[in-house]
Amino acid sequence: MQVLDLAGTEQGSSQAHLLLKLHKNLLNVRLTEELLAERYREQEMRTPAHFGSGQEAVAVGVCVALRQTDAVFSHHRCHNHYLAKGGSVYQLAAELYGRADGCSGGRGGSVHLTAPEQGFIATSAILGEMTAVAVGAALSFRMDRSDHVAVTFFGEGAMDEGAFYEALNYASIKKLPVLFACENNLYATESPMSVRQAPGTELCERVRAFKVDAIKLDGNDVLEVYRTAEKAVAQLRRGEGPVFLECMTYRWREHVGPHFDDELNRTYRTREEVERWMRHCPVKRSEQRLVELDICTRDELDALREKMHAEIAATIERARDAPWPNVSTLFDWT
Amino acid sequence: MRQLTYAQALSEGLCQSMERDPAIFVTGIAVDYPSGIFGSTTEAAKRFGPDRVFDAPAMENALTGIAVGAAAMGKRPVIVHPRNDFMFLSFDNLINLAAKWRYMFMGRAGNVPIVVRAVIGKGWGQGATHSQSLQAPLAHFPGLSVVMPAFPSDAKGLTIAALQHESPVVILEHRSLYSTCGEVADTFEATPIGKANVVREGTDVTIVGTSFASYEAVHAAEELGKHGVSAEVIDLRSIRPLDEETVLASVKKTGRLIVTDTSWELCGVVSEIAALAAEKAWPHLKAPVIRIALPNCPAPVSAKLEEAFYPKASTIARAAFKLLGRDQNLIGDWSREDNFKGPY
Repeated sequence: MQVLDLAGTEQGSSQAHLLLKLHKNLLNVRLTEELLAERYREQEMRTPAHFGSGQEAVAVGVCVALRQTDAVFSHHRCHNHYLAKGGSVYQLAAELYGRADGCSGGRGGSVHLTAPEQGFIATSAILGEMTAVAVGAALSFRMDRSDHVAVTFFGEGAMDEGAFYEALNYASIKKLPVLFACENNLYATESPMSVRQAPGTELCERVRAFKVDAIKLDGNDVLEVYRTAEKAVAQLRRGEGPVFLECMTYRWREHVGPHFDDELNRTYRTREEVERWMRHCPVKRSEQRLVELDICTRDELDALREKMHAEIAATIERARDAPWPNVSTLFDWT
Repeated sequence: MRQLTYAQALSEGLCQSMERDPAIFVTGIAVDYPSGIFGSTTEAAKRFGPDRVFDAPAMENALTGIAVGAAAMGKRPVIVHPRNDFMFLSFDNLINLAAKWRYMFMGRAGNVPIVVRAVIGKGWGQGATHSQSLQAPLAHFPGLSVVMPAFPSDAKGLTIAALQHESPVVILEHRSLYSTCGEVADTFEATPIGKANVVREGTDVTIVGTSFASYEAVHAAEELGKHGVSAEVIDLRSIRPLDEETVLASVKKTGRLIVTDTSWELCGVVSEIAALAAEKAWPHLKAPVIRIALPNCPAPVSAKLEEAFYPKASTIARAAFKLLGRDQNLIGDWSREDNFKGPY
């Protein structure tokens, strides 16, 4: 299993090191999310969950460009960001199972994750809410004269909310170190962009009207996301004001729950559209790059995937067996 | 002891807290103007400068979220709404997020100790959307503390307490109280959150009030004294947590209860206190509880209609006479002098 160790040795070039780091992170997010989604069908994780399969490259590309001390805030589809920033698989699974070992002690559920020791601060199920919170964290960093940055992940649906623009405007006025990371997956629940935006709308143009730098990119290419985020974060640390990234990506499963569209005869997206995006899979593209650049062989990648799959499956199983919260703690932390 | 106005007391509580805790900052519309929230932030702006007291756009929702984010990173933000009514725009971040943050992340993501100050308007044509007071909807939600100082000493003490509290606190201030005077200690002392105050002791009837209604209740009690009625006045000070013990002890003593508040009856503070008495002091009640609140319509603007809309100190006194079986016609129609000058 040379490939597993390559990242830590001198034989890996810095490029290979980076690509492997991104790939392992991607794989951890993908496998965890897919395994959780399958177990979710058993009706034992009693918390509405918005699975992020297909969108991993945005979370990973951005989070790998950050330091541990940078603060990340996310939305209802937050597992990807939590994991990419270093949140524990065990604590995520335990949270979904409502167990005491969950990252929020079983009080938050799928949409209220936290891993503060990793700089993953909080998430919320209300669209656009965390955008302001990230701006507030950035205000605090500015007051402390630190060079930390705050990141807010959100879907393009959050840009239908007024609060989003209040927060964007404020970050612009104060030139705060906030990265606005938009995951444009084309649908807000099942509502397409065509009913939510005037024809010809470009979200980046909207954002530029607030005098904020805006970049549209391929959100299914982890390297492109990483490189773009790295530059943006450097700009933030220099105090040059916020940056908006519109990362084009696609959600594979239903809005909330573990199913694929065809399992429930959902018709808001065509099968062709879904399949086209699935061929554009961030994990496959990352694997292809690693093989083309001779960083790993197919066999090594398969072995890596199998090993991680087994580890994550065992971790999720362990979380299911974790103890329930003690009922006597119901009123704690009020 | 020296006298301060309510506005001066708010200012002193804020400045003394800011001296001691560098994490405190103040923001909101016009907090750094020379007029600084009716004089309550002027001194802080002068002493602590634009790094700690600064203006903000009208964005009540995002501003609250920004306060939450800053608080999660260790700050103690104070945000100010010059009128309560604008706070409706902040309910998402205030109620969906700030109130639940500590609980739903089990304290691991911090406690977000934000302080939200909001001013209740009254009279001089403030009208339907500049005179509401939001204690009932706010106090409904676990996770928020809601306090309503009625007297200058508590304006200072509750400000200090809010700025030491471990979770979000809403301070509902009353515009008509800003120029009222009272004794205020110059020491740095918190008024405990969740503790009502027996402002005046009495034996015949208990009057429980909030904010400006407590101020009117004291006046009513003074007048009732002239008629040989001994009224006990309890200023709730804190709506959540609610000090049941102080209210119940008084009701058990007097057997008669009047509750008066700055908002409406239905699902309101007056109803909550009436329910408390019915549940836990029933055998002690000698008469039905009387609730004095706003009539069931939005606040009108016309001076003539306003005059009919707001309950007065004499409304409270008449209620006491009714409970005691006395002739209510002996009570005239009077109120505290309101020296509020328009427009805002």
